[in-house]
Amino acid sequence: MSSIAPQDLIDFVYREARLLDELDYEAWLNLFTEDGRYWMPAEWRQTDPLLQSSLMYEDRLLLRVRVERLSGARTFSQKPKSRAQHLLQAPQIDLFEPDAGAFRTWTSFHYVETRNDVQTLYAGWATHDLVLLEGTLKIKLKRVDLLNFDAPHGNIQLFM
Amino acid sequence: MDRYRDNPAALRALVRETEVHRDVYIDPEVFDLEMRHLFAETWVYVGHASQLPEPGDYLAATVGYQPLLVVRHSDGSIHVLYNRCPHKGTRITTEPCGNTGKFFRCPYHAWSFRTNGKLLSIPLKKGYEHTGLEEAEAVEGLRPVANVHVYRDFVFVKLNEGGQSFEAFFGESLSSIDNMIDRSPEGRLVIEGAPLRYLHGCNWKMLVENQTDTCHPMVAHESSAGTAVSVWEREQVEGAKRPMAVEVYSPFMSSYEFFEGMGIRVWPNGHGHTGVATSIHADYSAVPGYMEQMTASYGEERARRILDENRHNTVYFPNIMVKGPVQTLRVFIPLAADKTLVESWTFRLVGAPDMLFERTLMYNRLINAPTSIVGHDDLEMYERAQEGLRADANPWVNLQRLYQPGERHDVTEVINGTSERQMRNQFHAWVSFIGSSMERQPAGA
Ligand code: FES
Ligand SMILES: [Fe+2]
Repeated sequence: MSSIAPQDLIDFVYREARLLDELDYEAWLNLFTEDGRYWMPAEWRQTDPLLQSSLMYEDRLLLRVRVERLSGARTFSQKPKSRAQHLLQAPQIDLFEPDAGAFRTWTSFHYVETRNDVQTLYAGWATHDLVLLEGTLKIKLKRVDLLNFDAPHGNIQLFM
Repeated sequence: MDRYRDNPAALRALVRETEVHRDVYIDPEVFDLEMRHLFAETWVYVGHASQLPEPGDYLAATVGYQPLLVVRHSDGSIHVLYNRCPHKGTRITTEPCGNTGKFFRCPYHAWSFRTNGKLLSIPLKKGYEHTGLEEAEAVEGLRPVANVHVYRDFVFVKLNEGGQSFEAFFGESLSSIDNMIDRSPEGRLVIEGAPLRYLHGCNWKMLVENQTDTCHPMVAHESSAGTAVSVWEREQVEGAKRPMAVEVYSPFMSSYEFFEGMGIRVWPNGHGHTGVATSIHADYSAVPGYMEQMTASYGEERARRILDENRHNTVYFPNIMVKGPVQTLRVFIPLAADKTLVESWTFRLVGAPDMLFERTLMYNRLINAPTSIVGHDDLEMYERAQEGLRADANPWVNLQRLYQPGERHDVTEVINGTSERQMRNQFHAWVSFIGSSMERQPAGA
């Protein structure tokens, strides 16, 4: 990908969701930059991931721990396994600076996670901060703001 | 048929020296008695004064079935009131917290009340002339709870009139709250950061027991902490510093010997803590500048004594856990026999470096969030227990580890850290508080 078109960003967001729905976590982890982060705030319009409370703020090491845990032989909370499905609204492009290699999209979503006989619906907005690394788009930050970030949730074991 | 409601003896029979009957976890009638009696007869945490910095600040709390309001009055004192209008019962506030200004105003017919609960005014008051309103309970305003005690900014209530004083109920166990506060160079904590709220499909006591269950981490958390350790060992770059997250996760994989040596201290009335000699929090990296601040405030010897006290989990019976070295407080709120809401709160040590608060928040999200892999391990076990207990094969749950015949209740003792003594301690307190409340206030009241 030598030059980035707006449609490339949109395709990227759809593909990312599809990898999660297909439980292809190795490919999904590879979408992140080395210093990439997955952030799920626990406060409204949160600005600080470190000194305000978050549900998740994970670097690649912690994401890899999650991914490996999901298929671990003694991961009892994944017997049986969870599955997930994303329903995305068309991503909107909030930042498009090909010269600086900086892009941001905003995507409204519904997300369903299911395990055993229980299926739970979540709603929210995903913000992707993307960069161009050697001609490839990568995630620098995926921010997931849940609509009901402040409600008591049961287990959320996969990725939104 | 009511088996337990008018029958304190039947309730007492649910708790044996080393076993408890499954009904303590699954029976809705036992749950109802807990809500009416246990949570009325004990001193229950409702909030922290730092949540109410200004006059008129309030927060909502629920104790047993009772909706309460905790409020800062104009003279600076803290009052705890039933959240119920004396006119027709309408809840006065519905938000978790806020500021009501100089008075509360009921949204239905605008009766208003001072922030100490006293009735301030009634619109069109002449409608009550010669009706004898002055004799009615309604003129008392918002009813205060029977007993409130603020201990170093921690607010506790006891709904029943009689029973134990605050000092008698907690005794020496307050030393864990003291230690958490003393870790601030200014001797002050503030609640900061939103609480993480986690819904559990299990009985609330399973969570409380698990706070001092030291034989499960290396088993149940092999999937989370164990994976964290192995990924770090494989992926670390030569000479790289262990990240804070790995420091948090890896002690969960400590050996049985470690947990045995760490020790448990039991106190009267169901309180107790793990981590007497050392704990899983003892090996965190030093935070630059912090020791110097503590030394300046307390002198070197006292500062060391405060920071060398690395208690793990302190259970304040019936339903909170305080983790002093990490500055978190968890509240286990019963919603039904098989449903519990856990709220995990974080404190900032006033005057200490930001990095300590960063660690507090990281600990909370890594261990206590509904997105926590450690939480996933635990909840899976609780829910399986809640289901498994339906099996009629054996109605008794075993809490016998390191039991010694003739074990005494209501004493302070330090014991092997893998003992289930603190769980037995809790159940002894559980029957005695429910029993004493039932006997003083027979059902139907
Ligand atoms: S119900 Fe509160 S004023 Fe009538
Ligand atoms: Fe655990």
